[in-house]
This record gives sequence, structure tokens and C-alpha cells, in this order.
Amino acid sequence: MPMTASASRTVGRDLLGLALIALVGLAGYWLFPDNLAFLTRVISVALLVLSLDLIVGYCGVASLGQGALYGAGAYAAGIACVHGITDPVLLILIGAGAGAIMGLLMGAIMLRAHGLPQLVLSIAIVQLLHEAANKASSITGGSDGLSGMSPAPLFGVFEFDLWGRSAYLFGLGLLLIVFAVLRFVTRSPFGMVCRGLKEDPLRISALGIYAFPVLLKMFVISGTVAGMGGALAAIATQVVGLDSVSFEVSANALVMLVLGGIGHLYGALIGTVIFMALEHVVAAINPFHWMTLVGAVLIAIVLFAPRGLSGTLDELARMLTRDRWRAGR
Amino acid sequence: MSAVFEVSHLSKAFGGLKVNSDISLAMNEGERLALIGPNGAGKTTFVNLVTGRIPPSAGSVHLAGEDITSLGAVKRVRRGLVRTFQVTRLFPDMTPEEHVVMTILQRLGRATRILARFHGDSAATDEAAEILATLGLTEVARRKVATIAYGQQRLLEIAISLAQRPKVLLLDEPAAGVPSSDTPRIEEALARLPASLAVLMIEHDMDLVFRFAKRVVVLAAGEVIFQGLPAEVAKDPKVREAYLGSYAHAGG
Repeated sequence: MPMTASASRTVGRDLLGLALIALVGLAGYWLFPDNLAFLTRVISVALLVLSLDLIVGYCGVASLGQGALYGAGAYAAGIACVHGITDPVLLILIGAGAGAIMGLLMGAIMLRAHGLPQLVLSIAIVQLLHEAANKASSITGGSDGLSGMSPAPLFGVFEFDLWGRSAYLFGLGLLLIVFAVLRFVTRSPFGMVCRGLKEDPLRISALGIYAFPVLLKMFVISGTVAGMGGALAAIATQVVGLDSVSFEVSANALVMLVLGGIGHLYGALIGTVIFMALEHVVAAINPFHWMTLVGAVLIAIVLFAPRGLSGTLDELARMLTRDRWRAGR
Repeated sequence: MSAVFEVSHLSKAFGGLKVNSDISLAMNEGERLALIGPNGAGKTTFVNLVTGRIPPSAGSVHLAGEDITSLGAVKRVRRGLVRTFQVTRLFPDMTPEEHVVMTILQRLGRATRILARFHGDSAATDEAAEILATLGLTEVARRKVATIAYGQQRLLEIAISLAQRPKVLLLDEPAAGVPSSDTPRIEEALARLPASLAVLMIEHDMDLVFRFAKRVVVLAAGEVIFQGLPAEVAKDPKVREAYLGSYAHAGG
């Protein structure tokens, strides 16, 4: 069977990738024990950017409203926690469910349009939700934010303490699971059809495949992932603010994705880490002009590495290993 | 024998402009029919009407006895009316193998499964390898489509349509844009299409038409002006007039 060799090769590569993420994550745990709250936020945003990659990178649907899905997860988990559901795993699942439902709604609306109107719809949806969360302050806490959450210890053992160790390791575990599942999803027949839809929707319909249900399914998956990211943020910070369902968080997610490189999941992680690390460091030095530097870096990336950081790394790796690859053929 | 594909009195007008008027044609199983006509004759509109991209102003389309006039493009494909594209429409980042596997999975109703590995479907992979081999594409089967020759991309279009197992195949200028050195390979592929398949070829290249088709329909200014044997088409005065002599000697 010609496929088994290449299949085991891709599985091997995936395991290597997961091991690398785990290694980097644990290195962060040992190296920056005082910054675990920040690192947990990085993981929760990484889930958001991963979810955006599913829509933008795999389906070619541009969205500036991904915060709607993230915020839905954050508020759902937050509200559930305030009302006595405190098991963190259950809260993540509640966030996932809320994100999935919001993904279904958002997809059903956005997929009626194409191109620019679609992008405008995505912005409108996140702005609407932002306003709704603001107005329904009796449930969401409005502009003061939702507080008063106290999640139970993870698996009944690990407390969510002030240092954020449990929250970080919980987040890292969640990220690894989600990443592994998404690698599988993007390699499924469904994932390939999504890639096809991005490249040429007319060809897909000429194969006898309806685009709408496929894209809607991806919106639901994307919502699930983004919702888990939001729920993680809610559990870790024990507060949910209006900024979690905002245009700004949506736009930043897109910037991180472009920075890292779209359409191969790793780019989402790299982009998130670089963007947020840059923000963290530069904002500490100069809180007023950090965005200027981020802007300059972004322009440089678009000009010199249009496939994003991960795409460029990929190319470099290919250049370095080309001879070996040829010999192996 | 009843026709597997029948177009009756098909018309399309954009505002006052009649682009297709009262076109009728029928095809039996295994028939090889060519639709020709000068630029602006309405060939593209005809393809769009037949494949369900645009609705007709009047007339009907039947596939295997069923009226498919009101069906959308995807449903027509699922019923067995398959087309290739005048300008190849392929996924540049995918390999020919992936194109054909996806097509086969769709035919088997497995194309949008999430809990399966695309590259792990050995039945689809084996069938794809077979189809690609008959078209001489084995060597490039695992290269990105963007990196293979245009002639090979055209062959891949044919491979995809074969994997769909259509009842009626619409070939929209299958040799367009292919360097003349590669046209024999396209012709060879066309000659080996399943004998029972009804094939409607829309083509500019008269040599190809005369070698491939057993019957020719000529479209001019949106109307059918000739239906008959390839040998007779060049002698027809109306056809000569439509082409202003440009192709009048091609069949001689």
C-alpha cells in the first residue's frame, strides 16, 4: 500500500509538532513562573486564532467578528460559574457549546453574503453582541464585567491558585487536545473539501458538493474552539469583560493569524505567541506606542514574508532539506 | 431508443437580447456530438443553461427521461450531468491524486466526512490510481497541480469527470490553450472515453471536432442553423455564411 508510508510520516510529523508545542509550553512554565497568568491568556487567545484559521485559512471566508464566538464561550462559562456550575472541565464544555451555537448562527448569517459584505456582516455581529452584553448588565455585569466566579479545583484536586499554575497547565493540555483534533479534522475528507472551497468553489459545486453545509459545519467547529478559548480565559482570570466580545479582539486575532501565516494551524500559534509577547514587552517599555512597533513588524512581514512567519519557516526548512528529500524519493 | 439527454426549445434572453433561441437537440447513450459556432454564437450561455448555472427563459432539459429544468447546478451533477471547464478549474495546491480521490469520495457519499482520513481511503485511492494511469498521469499524481503542465491539467479535468461516472459529459473546449504538441494526448484520452457515455463537445478546433464527433450541431446568433454529419457541415451554405468563410474549408 503506497499510502501507509506517507500516512505514518504525517502521523509522525504531527506527534513531533505536538511534542514541540508541549515542550515550548512547559519551557514557558519553568522559565516564567511569575507570568503564568499572561501565558494562560496567550493560550486562550491562541485557541481563538486557531478557530479563525479554520474559517479564514481553510475555507477562505474572511471574518473580523471572531470575538463573537470567543465572547459567547467566555460569557457562557462565566455565567454558569456564577450560578454554581464550577467544575472547570464542565465549564470548558459549556463554553464550547455556546461557541458552537454562536458559530451556527454566525455562519448562517455570514454565509448568505460573499466578499466585502460578508466581512461587514461579521463586524456587525460582534458589535451587536458587544452591545447586547453591555445592555444585559444584570446577567453579564455590563461594563463592570462579570465577576464573582470561583471555579472548583481541577479534577477535584488542583486549586486555581493565585500563581495560576493549574490554570496554565490546564490550558496547555486543552490546547494540545484541540490542536491534535484539528490536525485530524483538516486532514479529513471534509477538511480537503474546505480547502477546495477556498481555492475554487465553482469546481466544488461541479463535483456535486454543496458549499453551504460544509462551510456551516466549519463555522460550528470554529465556534467550538473559540468558545473553549473564551471559557479558558473566564476560568483563569475569573472575570469576563466586554472586551472579550469586541471588534478589537477580533481584529487582533486576524492580525496574529496573518503574522503567523494562514492555513496551517502552526501559523496561528506562532502568530499569537509573537504578537502577544511583543505587546507584553513593548507595552511595558512604552505603553503608548507599542502598536506602532507591532504595525511596523506587520508591514515588514507582509512585504518580505507574505506567507507569514510559519510559511517562511516552512520554506526555509524545505530549502535546507531539499537534497535529503530528493534522495528519499 | 429514448434519448439520455434532451434539450427542447431552450431559450434565454437578457432583456431584449436573445442569446439562445429555441435550441433543441437530443443525444442517445454513447453518442458523440459536437456543438460548434463562431464567437458570440451563444455556446457559453448554452452550457450555463444546460448545467443549471442560469435559468432559461423558456424550454426544458431532460436527463435520462427526467425533467431537470428546475434543478440547480449541484443537483444536475448528482443526477449524472457532468462538465469540464473551458479554462481548467482545479485546486492549484492539491495533487491530481487528491482531486480524483475527492471526486470518488463524493460519488460514494463520503466526501464531507469528518471522522475519517482523506488519505486513508484505500478503495478511493486505488480507483484514483487506476484512472490516473489510464490518462498517463501516474508520474505527476503526487505533484501539486500548479507545477504540472497545462496539457496534464486538461487531462486531469477529464480524469475528474471520469471519476464522477456521468451519464452525460459536457466537454467545454477540452483542448483549449493546450500546445499543439500535446493535443494528440487529449484526443487519445477522448477516444478512450467509455463507449456508453453520451458526450457533448463544445469546441473551436475543427480538426478535433471532425475526428471526434459523429454528429455536429452548429450554433449561430443563438440559433441552431445546422444539425447533421461532420462531412456535410462545411458544404452547408448557412454555415458558410455564419463563419464568413473562415472555417468553410476546414472539413475539405
